[in-house]
Formats: sequence, C-alpha cells, structure tokens
Amino acid sequence: MRNLEQTTQEVLDLATQHFRVTPGTLSPSDDFFKKLGIDSLQALELLSRLENHFGIELPDYEVQGVSNFRTLAERIQSRL
Amino acid sequence: MLDLSKYQSIGAALKDALTTFANETCLIEADRDREKERLTYKDFQNRAHPLARALQDAGFSAADRASIIMTNQSKWLISAYAVFFTGGTLVPLDYKLTPSEHWQLLKHSATKVLITEYPIWRQLANAPGRATADKVELVLVTEAPANTDLSGAQRWEEFRSTSEPVFIPRERKDIACIVYSSGTGGRPKGCMMTHENYLEQCVALTSLYPFWPGVRYLSILPTNHAIDFMVGFFGPFTCGACVVHLRTLRPEFVREAFPKYEITYVSLVPLVLKNLQKGLQARFDELPGTKRKILNLFIGINKAFTKSQPRLGLSRKLLGQIHANFGGELRAIIVGGAFTEPETLQFFYDLGIPVANGYGLTEAGTAITVNDLHPFRADTVGKPLPGMEVKIVNPAEDGVGEVYVRSKTVMTGYLNDPELTVETFSDGWLKTGDLGRFDQAGHLILSGRKKNMIVTEEGKNIYPEDIEAVFESLPVKEFCVFAANYVWPKRSMVGEQLVLALHLENNQAFTDTLRTDIIARNNRLLNYKRVHGVVLLDEDFPRTASLKIKRNILAERLAQLDRSSAILPL
Repeated sequence: MRNLEQTTQEVLDLATQHFRVTPGTLSPSDDFFKKLGIDSLQALELLSRLENHFGIELPDYEVQGVSNFRTLAERIQSRL
Repeated sequence: MLDLSKYQSIGAALKDALTTFANETCLIEADRDREKERLTYKDFQNRAHPLARALQDAGFSAADRASIIMTNQSKWLISAYAVFFTGGTLVPLDYKLTPSEHWQLLKHSATKVLITEYPIWRQLANAPGRATADKVELVLVTEAPANTDLSGAQRWEEFRSTSEPVFIPRERKDIACIVYSSGTGGRPKGCMMTHENYLEQCVALTSLYPFWPGVRYLSILPTNHAIDFMVGFFGPFTCGACVVHLRTLRPEFVREAFPKYEITYVSLVPLVLKNLQKGLQARFDELPGTKRKILNLFIGINKAFTKSQPRLGLSRKLLGQIHANFGGELRAIIVGGAFTEPETLQFFYDLGIPVANGYGLTEAGTAITVNDLHPFRADTVGKPLPGMEVKIVNPAEDGVGEVYVRSKTVMTGYLNDPELTVETFSDGWLKTGDLGRFDQAGHLILSGRKKNMIVTEEGKNIYPEDIEAVFESLPVKEFCVFAANYVWPKRSMVGEQLVLALHLENNQAFTDTLRTDIIARNNRLLNYKRVHGVVLLDEDFPRTASLKIKRNILAERLAQLDRSSAILPL
C-alpha cells in the first residue's frame, strides 16, 4: 500500500498533467486555487481524475474547504 | 397547479400537493451515474408523515425552529415538509459553512431540532460552539454507518412514528423560514420570511416559467439556496412536477444528467453556466473546418428566427445534436445567485437554449426581476416580476441610482436585529444596496453596488465583517476589510474583490514576514472568501466614541489613493 508521501507525489504528478504545468513546479503545501488559477469546478474535475487513478470515491463534501495538495492527499490516503 | 391564492401556508399547499399528484413521480435522486431513489408524491408522503409524527412526539410544535444542514438530496425536502407540516419554522443553513459558523447560527436562530448528514455531524459534534447552542434538543443524522457513536444524535432513518401526524395550520403572516443572507462573522442577518413571501413568489415565478406534471427539474444547487428552494422544491411540488437531485457538482455527471433524465429546467449559478459554456466551446473548436462552418450557419439562422422570442421547436431541429446533448426537452436554464456576464447568456440563447437570468436578494424573496424572453436581452436582468414594485432612488445624470423594492415577497425584517431592520427599509421599501437603472423597455440594468460586500460567481455573498476575525491579533496597529468596488466605485458587477486595509505601527514596514502571516491567515478562509490584496494607509482609522471603525469615512480616505497602485496583491 502507498504511504502518504507516495500518494502526495502522485497527486502532484496528476495535477501537473491535468493542468499542463511545468513538471516540478507544484509542491504539497501549494494552494491549488491560487497556484493553478482554477475555480472550484476545475478542482472537482481534477478530483474525478484522482478517483480514477486511486480507485476510490471521494464525495464532494469530503473535499470541501480543502485547498492544498497535502490535505487533498490525506483525504485520499484515508480512503485507500 | 394548485391555486396558491387559497392557501395560508407552505405546509398546507404541500400537504394538498401530495394527495393531488399522488401517483406522479416526485423525486429522483442520483449520485454520479447511479440512481439511488425514485419516489412518487405518495411515496414522499409515506416517508415524511412518520417523521412529522415523530417530531411531534418529541415535543416539536408550532413556531419551533428546525435547521437543515445537508448537501443536495431528497431527505432535505422530506425533512422540510415534515417541519412545515408540524407548523415549525425552517432554518435552512449552507452546508459549506464551517462548524463554528454553523453553531453560531444555530444559536442565533434558537434552533430546537437539527437535521443533518453524518459527515457534517462528524465535524459539528466535537466543534467548539456546540455548548453555546443550548436550545438544540434533538439532532437527527442521515446515512450514518452502522455501529457508530453518534455523539448524542439519533438516526434520521429510524426516527419514525407509526401514528398519523396532526397537521398544524399557520397564517400567511407567520414566519415560515429564517434564511441567513450573511453575517457569520459578527452580525448574523437572519431574514424572517413569511409563508406569504413564498406563496406570492411562487405564483409570480410560475406565471413566467410554468411547471406541470411531467416536467423534470434538475437540482444541483443545495436546497438551502433560495432559488433551489423555490424552483427545486416549492414550485415544482405545487405543480406536480418532478425534481431530480444530483448529489455531485462534477461537470461530467451534470452533463450526463440532462439526456439521462430528459431535463426541462435547471438552475445554475454563473460559475457552473460558464463551465458548461467552456465545455461546449471546446467541442465546437475541435470540429473540422467544414463542420464548424455548417454549425455557424445554423447558429446564424437560429439567431435570426429567435430575435423576438424563443422558438424551441425550430431550435431543436436546427441544432439537434446540441439539444440532444441536453436531453431534447430543456426549456430554459435559470441562472441566478450572482451577476452573469452577457456574453455567456447570449452564447446559450444563440444555440436556442433560453437562459432565464434575473436579479434577486434573500431579503426580497427569490427574485425581483427576471428575463421574460420576449425578447431575450443578455444586457439586462429583466423586468420586475408581477407584484414587484421597483424604483430607482436618487438617480445620477445617467439614471443610475439605488434600487428599492416593495412587494409581498419582501421579508418582515432581520431576526433579533430591529436596528438593522430599520436601516434596511425606507417607508416600506427595501433598500437593496445595489445600483442600477431602467431602460426604455422597462428592463433593469445593474451597474454596481452601494454596499460594502461582494457576490462571487458561485452566488456567495461575502461581507467584510464576516471574515475579519481571521486577521484578529495581526501584528499591525489597525486593519479593516473592504470590498474594493465600495472604496473605488466601479460600474461593474463582475470581478469583485476584497482588500485588507492596514495601518502599520510607527516605523513598522510591510515585511515579507508580515505578508506571509497575512497569507497564512487568508488561507484559513474558504477560497471564495479570501482577500485579494493589501492597502496601506499611514494614518489612524476614524472611529466612533465606542471605538468602532467608521467604515464609510475610512473608505473615503482610502479612495483618495490610486486603486491600481494602492492594492498590493497577495
């Protein structure tokens, strides 16, 4: 099973691909709304991609208020 | 549709709707691509009555208050029905608030019964503030896992009684709902809405956008939202229509729901509408040159034939594939909660999908003006609804002044705040704080705000006072949050931002450490509540004798600064 560090890195990699940003520019503590300039719906689109990758379901409510990659990874990790 | 002029209360009208339309489909609940529930009006009654009776057995009676904190789902409506049936007052709260904000509003509203979902209760149960809401006697929690400690709550699904509930009649002037328009930070604004407010609003809205048995309304906004409460609950129910709840806002599932359930109406906030536009535009852009030219040709023909009014049949023939993606039955998209850019509205209308944009605020019921589509106008927020009196006060040379409203849909006042109520009304007219003018065709054109607040594209009202607590003890001499457009008035309803005005200590500099501290505090706020930048003012903030900041005078002083150079982005 993945540990939190691995999960966080995979979240960063998928966000990098999904939003087509330069690899290595995202870090766990980044506020993804600000760093990527995205709105809440675009964040939900990323969530769908993460769910497919990790094979889990995250209800919208569970990620409400989450704005950085580390916390997002923690929510995913708790469901793995 | 039921003749609502004959009814005294929401509860009485809904009670009759459940028997009048007993065999019609009333609710469909879907989670992503899975349908979880499908109820007729009779089924709905069978779910709601045992709950209503159990509430009565627990001592819940006329005028007692019950709060619902839930995401978008069918149990919201079943619970609300039970509250109205028993004569109670409903306090719908936004599930996106923080636990401490929830407890603050539960306390302020003197809520007796709280109805919520397990994931929300898990956060609420141990949050500070629970002890202060000491009027809460009963908590009902839906969808809790088996063998879980519910911290004093009871399972919604098991809270039932087999005997018939007793219907408790209410009068038109009684309070039906307390709806918080804002004020989680310091001064809660609990709008006291009467049964008459809702009955009159429903008649006005359905005169323009009618429902009937067979209509399917897609509900993706939570029902605490004023628009969804009216067009996703009370309106369709009193007409025997069907509400389809989608428990996610994920764009891919929203798109799928239209054809799957052959949706007739949907309500969206501008953010979601723009997302749909973006998705469609991207698909158009991918079309090969010839196909793109043909599409543009048909859009052009549609535009020419729908100039004076929508022609749904024609549009569905001309642009069949696009309409098929929306299920082929879509009559209109209702958009509200915030200002929508005309370009987005026009984009959909040109495709033959009318967008019913309008203007409203919680204090005035759901809507004040709505686009009647005859003809469609993307540049206005429509004409006043039947029964609405709207006037422009103190207009400038260009006709722009403050919008005042008077109608049977306007609230009676703010709960526990007679002073604020007096400030908000003038001779029976509600002062909206919004600026606008009427054009020659009687359409209202909004052009800015007089009040110190912003509205986000998600339809959230943010008042500076509500977010200042996060900056408490910031190591500066003084601070104050403002809506930038309040300080530097701008004839615009989009791109609104909040700024943090700072007065530093003597010899204090705006260092990276201070900036980092501000950013860290700012990040504790939900993303749509965050301040955009900092404005430095090197003078004492004007204060009252009781040392409160005189915001209007401070705003005038800040306005002396040049906006573009004064705001230091965070």
